[in-house]
Amino acid sequence: MKSLKNHISLIIALFTVLASVQIYVAVDRTIAAYESHLKNDYSVIVVTNKAFTPQEFKSMSSMIERSEPISTSQVLERLKGEMNEKNLALLKLTLPKFYRIYLVRFPAPHEINTLQKKLRNNSAVQRVEGFSQTHDTVYKLMMLFKDVVQVFSIAIATVTSLLILKEMRLWQFQHAERMNIMALFGAPVWLRSAVLFRLAIVDAIIATLMLCFAFFIIDYYAILALPLKEIGISIQLFNFVDDALRSLAIALGISIVLTFTIVMFHREEE
Amino acid sequence: MDKVIIAENLSLSYKEFETIISKATFSIDSGSFIFITGASGSGKSTLLKSFYGAIEPRQGSLRVGGVKMNRISTSKLNFLRRHIGIVFQDYKLIKEWTIEKNVMLPLIISGYTNDVSGTQVQKLLGHVKLTHQAGKYPPELSGGEQQRVAMARALAHNPILILADEPTGNLDEYSSSVIWSLLEGANTQLKTTVVVVTHHIPEGLKVPYKHYHIEFGNINEIA
Repeated sequence: MKSLKNHISLIIALFTVLASVQIYVAVDRTIAAYESHLKNDYSVIVVTNKAFTPQEFKSMSSMIERSEPISTSQVLERLKGEMNEKNLALLKLTLPKFYRIYLVRFPAPHEINTLQKKLRNNSAVQRVEGFSQTHDTVYKLMMLFKDVVQVFSIAIATVTSLLILKEMRLWQFQHAERMNIMALFGAPVWLRSAVLFRLAIVDAIIATLMLCFAFFIIDYYAILALPLKEIGISIQLFNFVDDALRSLAIALGISIVLTFTIVMFHREEE
Repeated sequence: MDKVIIAENLSLSYKEFETIISKATFSIDSGSFIFITGASGSGKSTLLKSFYGAIEPRQGSLRVGGVKMNRISTSKLNFLRRHIGIVFQDYKLIKEWTIEKNVMLPLIISGYTNDVSGTQVQKLLGHVKLTHQAGKYPPELSGGEQQRVAMARALAHNPILILADEPTGNLDEYSSSVIWSLLEGANTQLKTTVVVVTHHIPEGLKVPYKHYHIEFGNINEIA
């Protein structure tokens, strides 16, 4: 019963670490998907005094994905009643060209500044509008959210690792007598602590399976997929191959390193 | 004759200014039977512990089986211990293991196959008259039976040296006689060196032995 309690304590602690890592990964994926979503809505407006081809824009910066001209006909249509045909034709000739530039990804604020500078370097470009204020707010909010989740995950992982260390110290006390007897008969460190490593490995595998099951339930009942879909995001919260393997590697890594630490600091009784 | 233990000016202590054994010089021949006696707290068990590396010499030098015990590395100590059989007064059996597996411990550590280990263990359990108890756990056995298991374990890997700390301290007459006859048998038949720490040397031993007595930190051979 006591041994079962110790197992459960370690499994829950490992599960918490894995869940915090996976939550960080899922938030990162959500933000990446949201950035991609924002990218489609975001564009830079460029005003030029001569016509530019999409290739000419693309050659100015690798950040530019495509460009499209903004038609001036709507503005001219509105002025039809107030101006005569000749002046309207003259205005049409002198009116600058407007372009909407789409980017390869949702840019960081410094990337917008760099892009604006590059565009302004061309003498034909009269004005560049990056809507940086609105963009900055959205971008910084997203980054803040990501940072908060990251700090929170690191804090949980650290505290839980310390708890695991304490739990393993308890294990060591439980098995100290056996380990000391084996040492008296010349058992090498790996053999006398094999039981600790075996327990750590089994618990790491169980914790990983529990994480897979938890995300399977979340996935199966679309607990998070529906709210995300509502804001136009469709992501895989948990990849049952890559994420499961990474989680198993983390769980094994933590439990083996901590067991190793405990074993190395174990002092043989005289 | 080869020496299995050589001590020169050996001093042992747990704390820096509390010497238990002081500048002892002696040697133990290979294949001999040795008794070490002395009053309680005289340092008999401490001396025995130094033979299996549980305590390091404070001064002087100590060699066991040709291995220098001063600042001995863990791997060398493990190697040496795989050639020593130890019998403790408190048995030191692994409670979670069966009697059979406890006797098998030195063979597991030395990497013997299950077949070889199984045969050897059955033979030894027969010698200590505990074949019928093989599947039981140590807490299910009496003190005398547990010490016989410990004795079988000490002999399992045919060690070059057996160290026994008060092996019959609290045992009944029958268990004591089994233990002494096994120690005698190992010494006469297998030429194993036997070092026994005890308060009383049993009467009627058939093997020739040497007797060392510890008093005030000094080791003296009793003729």
